[in-house]
Amino acid sequence: MQIIFEKRESVSRQAVILVPIVSFLVSLLFGAILLALSGANPFITYGAMFSGAFGTWNRFTETLVKAIPLMLTGLGVSIAFRMRFWNIGAEGQLTLGGVAAAGVALYLSQGLPGWLVLLLCILAGCIAGAIWAGVPAILKAYLKVDETLTTLMLNYVAILFSEQLYYVSWRAPGYNSGTAPFPETAWLPRIAGRAHIGLFFAIILAGILWFVFNRTRWGFELKIIGENQTAARYLGIDIERNIVLAILLSGAISGLAGASEVLGIARRLQQGLSVGYGYTAIIVAWMAQLNPIVILFVGILMAALLVGGDQIQMKMRLPAAVGLVLQGMILIPMLAGSIFTEYHIRIIRPQKTGVEAEA
Amino acid sequence: MKRKFWSVLSLVVILGLVLTGCGGGAAPDGGGSADEPYKVALVYIGPPGDLGWTYEHDRGRKAVEEKFGDTVETTYIENVEEGPDSARVMRQYAQEGYDMIFATSFGYMDHMYEVAQEFPDVKFEHCSGFKTLDNMATYFGRIYQPRYLSGIVAGKMTQNNNIGYVAAFPIPEVIRGINAFTLGVRSVNPDAEVHVVWTNTWYDPVIEREAAVALLDGGADIIAQHQDTTEPQKAAQERGAMSIGYDSDMRAFVGDTVLTSPIWNWGSYYINTIQAGKDGKWETHQFWGGLKEGVVELAEMSPKVPQDVRDLVAAAEKEILDGNDVFCGPITAQDGSVFVAEGQCMSDGDMLGMSVFVEGVVGTIPED
Repeated sequence: MQIIFEKRESVSRQAVILVPIVSFLVSLLFGAILLALSGANPFITYGAMFSGAFGTWNRFTETLVKAIPLMLTGLGVSIAFRMRFWNIGAEGQLTLGGVAAAGVALYLSQGLPGWLVLLLCILAGCIAGAIWAGVPAILKAYLKVDETLTTLMLNYVAILFSEQLYYVSWRAPGYNSGTAPFPETAWLPRIAGRAHIGLFFAIILAGILWFVFNRTRWGFELKIIGENQTAARYLGIDIERNIVLAILLSGAISGLAGASEVLGIARRLQQGLSVGYGYTAIIVAWMAQLNPIVILFVGILMAALLVGGDQIQMKMRLPAAVGLVLQGMILIPMLAGSIFTEYHIRIIRPQKTGVEAEA
Repeated sequence: MKRKFWSVLSLVVILGLVLTGCGGGAAPDGGGSADEPYKVALVYIGPPGDLGWTYEHDRGRKAVEEKFGDTVETTYIENVEEGPDSARVMRQYAQEGYDMIFATSFGYMDHMYEVAQEFPDVKFEHCSGFKTLDNMATYFGRIYQPRYLSGIVAGKMTQNNNIGYVAAFPIPEVIRGINAFTLGVRSVNPDAEVHVVWTNTWYDPVIEREAAVALLDGGADIIAQHQDTTEPQKAAQERGAMSIGYDSDMRAFVGDTVLTSPIWNWGSYYINTIQAGKDGKWETHQFWGGLKEGVVELAEMSPKVPQDVRDLVAAAEKEILDGNDVFCGPITAQDGSVFVAEGQCMSDGDMLGMSVFVEGVVGTIPED
């Protein structure tokens, strides 16, 4: 017997709707089995998780706090993924964006008008993210250096650099880590609870990206590059230039995520900036099938899973590890589900009377 | 079309989640009445299974449960990052009517300070920090006292006068511990040196182990530490070296190569503090107890430690209990200058701000 995956020529509408729903149900079922084995009632646990993420206004704002960096980095990597440029470096781009914003807030803000400080901080974050993504982009475009490795490795450089700053060079006296708090002029305004206007950045950017991807020549060029580089070249598209430009944009948006995280939440550079948003962003982007508008919602869903995960400890009294395993079990079927929308599965049975069957 | 369907679908899913969340799980928020148990929550940086720092706090929590039975309800959350996530967790406990919240790592300080101001009726207790409010107190212990005693053991037991020390952060708490340990070492062995490696983490089993291995590669035959787990002790044992544990009696988990450990005893502090909270007598404070209060002590020694060393330790312990504390002069600093002059003792304030090594420490404190 042989199992063959055949790429579907066109994706049916039913599959697009049904597969994610079925995947989600399968996810919950897998999770429920794990919970039952851990001795927790799955219904009560899921109820506690939903309530933990959405149950009160305050909890919903905390879910948004987590969702904002996921939305932004998700949007960032989605640009790269459209061109089949595997930018695994959103974490580093986010971290450096936070570092640059912190540097401006702490050391370059004296004597400047308040509105300019915040603007410069955000701009610095975007530029830092863009530079950090730009290096692998140039290496890829002109020297064909594999970007998966360069973007991944640069994450570690960025994270260790930021640690050097908040553990040593920029550390505030009396603290084991963390810089001094930023001046108030560098605080990103909050909307509700700790949720800040980074949410608007994400919504506006999603709208712009949707327009760029679907309604502009450049968006079309990126799509062609991703689907068929040879064709793109025949069409006269400057592939190298487009790769670099798109990845600079991708990095800038991740840098913006880092900047708004430090300016809006911690308001100092400290531990807890690089907690995996840039990696989760990859899952967000793929679950949303790279659609910018859907990324916003998937960002909230992922954030809910993270925030709701606290309840596994706080309400169900299960160890933290169960929460992490549960989150993994919920994600795998949702990602695997996309195989069924993109591919047919054909099972070929050996023929009963054939010569080969005898052999 | 495909994209549109995705958007609509996501919206439906999210709305569904919001609605079920709101309808189903609304937990009863708000304060307790007289016959309800006093509710206590602890926020941990690692898991109780670290067998070190968090293990000891959780042992304290269990002592509370045993003492108060049904009249006190305790809960905890483990593996909470020292960043903004900790504020969310503490805020939720406060909103759910917990009466007292303990946060057991230094880096939670500012986040607890922020949350405490929003909930004046909830008592907040922060371990090892320096910020207080009317409803936020600090608590810690003079672990430097048993560290000094453990230094005596290390100083007598080292064969080559090369002792390694795996240290978390270059902050006063850790520097104080290294200095006290080194003073203990040099009190019985003026030729021995204490080599320090910084890890920049409280809890990271892999990094803690790597730092210990680096020190062992450098020839250390005893490994001391200021970390949360038993990994440095295990690394030493695998290389045939001895070690001095920390936090808990690590000999129980690793074996007799752990000569002894300066350890925490949080149970009595937690019981007294929660009793005060229950009785309405809790007031803000800065608790810093030592050997005398029983919040710190030296764990029972390994059979490998001979009687004459035990006698030296017992004598030194008696001296400390008699009031001749560890940081009483004359003490020389690492650079040869006077650290504490003869006939003087360091004040608590100076000890809490300690930022220079004493003579005998090999290592540097990173400059800001």
